[in-house]
Amino acid sequence: MSWSVFLPQLAVMAIVTYLIRMLPLALFRKKISSRFVRSFLYYVPYAVLSAMTLPSMLYSAGSIPSAAAALIVALALAWREKSLLTVAVVASAAALITQVIVQLF
Amino acid sequence: MNNNSNFSKGFKDGVPIGLGYLSVAFTFGIMAVRGGLSVVQAVLISMTNVTSAGQLAGLELMISAAPLFEMALTQLVINLRYALMSLSLSQKMDASMTVPRRMFFAFCNTDEVFAVASGQPGTVGISYLTGLMTAPYFGWALGTLLGAAAGSLLPELILNALGVAIYGMFIAIIIPPAKKSRSVRAAVILAALLACVMRYTPYLRNISGGFAVILCAVPVSAFCAKMFPIREEGDEQ
Repeated sequence: MSWSVFLPQLAVMAIVTYLIRMLPLALFRKKISSRFVRSFLYYVPYAVLSAMTLPSMLYSAGSIPSAAAALIVALALAWREKSLLTVAVVASAAALITQVIVQLF
Repeated sequence: MNNNSNFSKGFKDGVPIGLGYLSVAFTFGIMAVRGGLSVVQAVLISMTNVTSAGQLAGLELMISAAPLFEMALTQLVINLRYALMSLSLSQKMDASMTVPRRMFFAFCNTDEVFAVASGQPGTVGISYLTGLMTAPYFGWALGTLLGAAAGSLLPELILNALGVAIYGMFIAIIIPPAKKSRSVRAAVILAALLACVMRYTPYLRNISGGFAVILCAVPVSAFCAKMFPIREEGDEQ
């Protein structure tokens, strides 16, 4: 792609993304006193990550059976409080093995 | 804990994220080159944006030479969830996080960095956060480079399997606290249900992924905050 097309697009993309991330961090420096707002912000990470995972994960592995296998394996390992890396790697392996089996039959 | 051990703790916590990013960025690198970008351009996008969904959408717009305001609007909608995350993290930072340091860290406040930082007990400071963002940032850049330069060498079977890695990491972050706390469990289950409703309902499913996440997370978090307000310093039981 020519740089004259690429660079303005890149600049807009990077600046908008950065400002979204930076402004709340730079502006909200004091502890918020409202118990409701603090409770709200406490639940945000869990709600965000959960909504990002389901159902999107089911479409992330090329086929639904392999993604479902990865989901089940990940849930089981996470329940046993395995590390992030272990869960991610074993879930990928489960997706791979399931995909190989599905293609054999 | 002194600053050095904080940095290395952060760095260690960031390694699994960095490894997960290798695979996701790898896919991005392949797509960028297929779309007509050079290897250098693909890596530049990753080094200046550090975001998966926003970059994928941005790449499509670049390839179709979309107007700049469309690019700005798309990034705003897809990435608005980061504002929510930054706001949440702004409450967890200690006094070492001055404005310039906050501006520095903001650059790399990705979904996963945010998730791990939020999961730390108590407050977080500059040493820990700098350590935490190191492996993800370079993993993201390196993954893009490898994908752009050599992506066609890897079989599709492997690439597909790597696609679940990032979700596996999300699950590993949310399940242990959900196991211990009934209210976190409620937030996790309700958000997943709402996300499924949005995904499978006509019209609602046309909403972009990043924005749909906000539409799920805000009502669920507000509901849980009302029903199960936290006690002190985020230590809810």
